[in-house]
Amino acid sequence: MHIDWHLVSTSLWPLVRGALIGTIPLALASFAIGLVIALVVALMRLSRRSLVSAVARAYISVIRGTPQLVQLFVIFYGLPSVGVTLSPWPSAIIAFSLNVGGYAAEVIRASILSVPKGQWEAAHTIGMSHRQALRRIILPQAARVSVPPLSNTFISLVKDTSLASLILVPELFRRGQEIAAYSQAFLPVYIEAAVVYWVVCLFLSAAQSRVEKRLDRYVAH
Amino acid sequence: MSPTDPGAGGGRPADVFSAPVHDGAPLLTVSGLRKSFGDNQVLRSIDLSMARGDVVTLVGPSGSGKTTVLRCLNGLEVPDGGAVDVAGELHLDFASPLSRRQVAALRDRSAMVFQHYHLFPHMTVLQNVIEGPVQVQGRRRDDVVPEAEAMLARVGLADKRDSYPVELSGGQQQRVGIVRALALRPQLLLFDEPTSALDPELVGDVLTVMKELADEGWTMLIVTHELAFAREVADQVVFMDEGYVVEHGDPDVVLREPREERTRQFVRRLLSPF
Repeated sequence: MHIDWHLVSTSLWPLVRGALIGTIPLALASFAIGLVIALVVALMRLSRRSLVSAVARAYISVIRGTPQLVQLFVIFYGLPSVGVTLSPWPSAIIAFSLNVGGYAAEVIRASILSVPKGQWEAAHTIGMSHRQALRRIILPQAARVSVPPLSNTFISLVKDTSLASLILVPELFRRGQEIAAYSQAFLPVYIEAAVVYWVVCLFLSAAQSRVEKRLDRYVAH
Repeated sequence: MSPTDPGAGGGRPADVFSAPVHDGAPLLTVSGLRKSFGDNQVLRSIDLSMARGDVVTLVGPSGSGKTTVLRCLNGLEVPDGGAVDVAGELHLDFASPLSRRQVAALRDRSAMVFQHYHLFPHMTVLQNVIEGPVQVQGRRRDDVVPEAEAMLARVGLADKRDSYPVELSGGQQQRVGIVRALALRPQLLLFDEPTSALDPELVGDVLTVMKELADEGWTMLIVTHELAFAREVADQVVFMDEGYVVEHGDPDVVLREPREERTRQFVRRLLSPF
């Protein structure tokens, strides 16, 4: 098979650009918003009030029990029929944030539960309220525990953003599809797109281990 | 009274180095304290009273409810009944549910040292010590830090100020635990088996610090299995079994010539386990 290296080299920048202005911002924004949702949902899930915790459980169940692509389509193609029309970017950010919120909520809940009960007691003993204990004592320790699983969530998210190509967000994979369509060189272009995704994820993994190392200062070795 | 009011608490020591006023006035009166966990009646009816500056040790077999008494006095457990009076200014009747403010007021007057230290692992030694005074009591960091440093120096940990708990030995961690409790300027120090988790050669360091605090006049309620320490330092020994106070009084009497058979058995077993 003949590989058109000229095509490969001229399509590299459009793909990387798609990652820089599409994939990465979409992933970052969705992850940031998703984490806030996840923290709220995790705390609701841990609430002693059964109604509050049931709402959180239902949310997690729906998010985890339905395909991301379907969620995306419901928001972008479905909502207009009830008068809510969103452009591609907001649709994608909403869909991915809600999705991250559901998955990361369970990670955060488990991390909070992994902090020993004695830490809550020590916090109460020095006079802290529940909220103070959570913010100053429990969450910082839970954060350390949740870095590896949340990094996984983020890396999955980066790859899942390729689904946004189906609702017209101009991200990496959509660029790849466009280039492949007019050049008809499907294999090299899609492999090239895959490599760009991979490189982005390599950077993310490196960042993950740096964060872990930083947070490792106070953990027994 | 607001728990953040630094002037609160009457006889509280003005600074952590001066001993609290040792006027023999009653500091703590516990009456009829009851607590069950499910069907398990851990405290049946506990009466206890200590004067300001008293050192009282709670001894007894495991499961006798000693730790639960301390936890009730720090608001970590809510008793089912009975009453607690601290310094005649805070009176809690557990017959009715406590408000959040009442629990806060109770915690404001006592500080707890745990068997397993429970230092905050993500904070340095200094941060552990100043967390309560600064974040909860709202005192100025600049005032608290020198005080904390001086207290750490006094327990031999000046050079560990910026270490994390994981870098310390058990004995060092427990001394930080004690300083963290002192930094809150409580009226009553509660110790829950402070040396039970330590290697034998580290026990002495912690007991020495506790003896110094006792000599300074701190009011201390200590759950311990260290009978020699109890005999030397305590003003009063309280022997508990099965949720009751079986016998209490002068350590020389309770630990050498106990009146009750159960106390006699317990002391004999602790002094010669084989």
